[in-house]
Amino acid sequence: MSDLLDLSAVEARAALDAKSISATELTTAYIAAAEETAALNNYVLLTPDHALAMAAKADARLAKGEAGLLEGVPLGVKDLFCTNGVQTTACSRILDGFTPPYESTVTANLWDAGAVMIGKLNCDEFAMGSANETSAFGPAISPWQGADKTDLVPGGSSGGSASAVAARSALMTTGTDTGGSIRQPAAFCGVVGLKPTYGRCSRWGIVAFASSLDQAGPITRDVADNALMLQAMASHDARDSTSSDVPLQDVVAAVRQGVKGMKIGVPREYVMDGMDGDVVALWQQGQDWLRQAGAELVDVSLPHTKYALPTYYIIAPAEASSNLARYDGVRYGLRVEAGSLDEMYEATRAVGFGEEVQRRILVGTYVLSAGYYDAYYLKAQKVRRLIKQDFDTAFASVDALLTPATPTAAFPVGRKIDDPVVNFLNDVFTVPANLAGLPGLSVPAGLNADGLPLGLQVLGRPYDEASLYRVGGVLEAAASFTATPARRAGGAK
Amino acid sequence: MSVDKSTVAKIARLARLNVPQDRLQPVASELNGILDWIAELNEVPTDNVEPLASVTGHALPMRNDMVTDGDCVDTVLANVPEGASGFFVVPKVVE
Repeated sequence: MSDLLDLSAVEARAALDAKSISATELTTAYIAAAEETAALNNYVLLTPDHALAMAAKADARLAKGEAGLLEGVPLGVKDLFCTNGVQTTACSRILDGFTPPYESTVTANLWDAGAVMIGKLNCDEFAMGSANETSAFGPAISPWQGADKTDLVPGGSSGGSASAVAARSALMTTGTDTGGSIRQPAAFCGVVGLKPTYGRCSRWGIVAFASSLDQAGPITRDVADNALMLQAMASHDARDSTSSDVPLQDVVAAVRQGVKGMKIGVPREYVMDGMDGDVVALWQQGQDWLRQAGAELVDVSLPHTKYALPTYYIIAPAEASSNLARYDGVRYGLRVEAGSLDEMYEATRAVGFGEEVQRRILVGTYVLSAGYYDAYYLKAQKVRRLIKQDFDTAFASVDALLTPATPTAAFPVGRKIDDPVVNFLNDVFTVPANLAGLPGLSVPAGLNADGLPLGLQVLGRPYDEASLYRVGGVLEAAASFTATPARRAGGAK
Repeated sequence: MSVDKSTVAKIARLARLNVPQDRLQPVASELNGILDWIAELNEVPTDNVEPLASVTGHALPMRNDMVTDGDCVDTVLANVPEGASGFFVVPKVVE
């Protein structure tokens, strides 16, 4: 069945419309692929019965000529999206056994478009991490392997989502991105990931991490699939007060529009210590590709770039400490019995939350506490404005920005680092877009010396996802990234 | 602004997280590592800068003040760790 797995979502949709394959056949192939690659621990829950029932309905609609945008496309859902009647845990013990009685807006949109749910995907606990190693279900593994076949992290927090697309155990997956959690794993796994503009996709029904930064987006095999999935995911939603009613552009057409006449900025502050030489070379190569395709490359300055990470590590934990206050052992999830109500809260939360989540709750509580609020939280909000103003200034003269997606390729699972700050550096190129609310696209563009994927990132103006797909389409065509990982379904054992 | 064991105990209490005695010092060291790094922000002049809380660029919409949901006690209690007679059950809080 590996030929079925070779089809992109756009190709699969055409084959389904032409009746040369059925949604049931395609779904069956992906369920088998997920079982074949189970050792990667990408899925925390497979829903084969659910999937086959959805596929049968998709086949019925296809037969009647009523196919939706994603009719019959097998899709995996990050375990941060509430799915009606299907366990949702945010990969945390504290949500052990939680079965939402409602559906997130984004997944409801996807099912309305005809997509088929294969299962729920592994991620960092409450999306806090950059390696998918904080999950209560254990780490997800990348289908790519390092030297001597070492297991590599898929990145995070949407590690299961990126790994599943690369391993071909889902044709497309949902991710969420608070500081890079779609773009960084997409880059590590050699797939395409978009963090849309803040407000583009509804946050309703997604387990909250940092509400002013969180945004859902698509992870796919190629750029055209990504635009298609965004079109199905995005909507204005009255149940999310930060959801936008700015209409989505024709993103599917944008993929083939080219970059002739576009001005692309190259931010000089994105040259950092600790960047791989291969990353620097690929970034230069990307600039050359865009120039050859008719774009004008412009040097730009984003002077507050180096302050983005410390700003993020005040704002994100502050919002997280507030959002995670709801896990109290009373209304849902885990409860650890203790004598008094306060002792029950404290025991439940100490057992239910993992180490990284507890650390961020404590940092967030500290920076919001009396006497420190102005020095930390308010200060960070002010620097956040300066970071946004840097982008506003740059986008007055350019249409998009080209940067590396990550400073390095993926690293081995279990790499021991005592200093949490070192782990934060994975997100150095991705965090600024979250602080400014901008859309960002990660496109696989090459391999490093060890044969591991590297990505380029395109950033754009708010609500201008079309420009990202124009640039992404050109980068994809120029890079002709066809490498596949050994541990994919149907690949070498 | 260095965090010590008693500060960790205080914020742990505020966050309703049980941090055992022998973890207070290691947690304090971790937090100090993060806070020292964050202190880099102090070199940025921000005297006349307004804090940025939302990037949406639109005013928060107002909704009509009306009931849109209800009569779903069973759904609300579907995931409850302990419930009785249509209520959430918590340890005794009034003697």
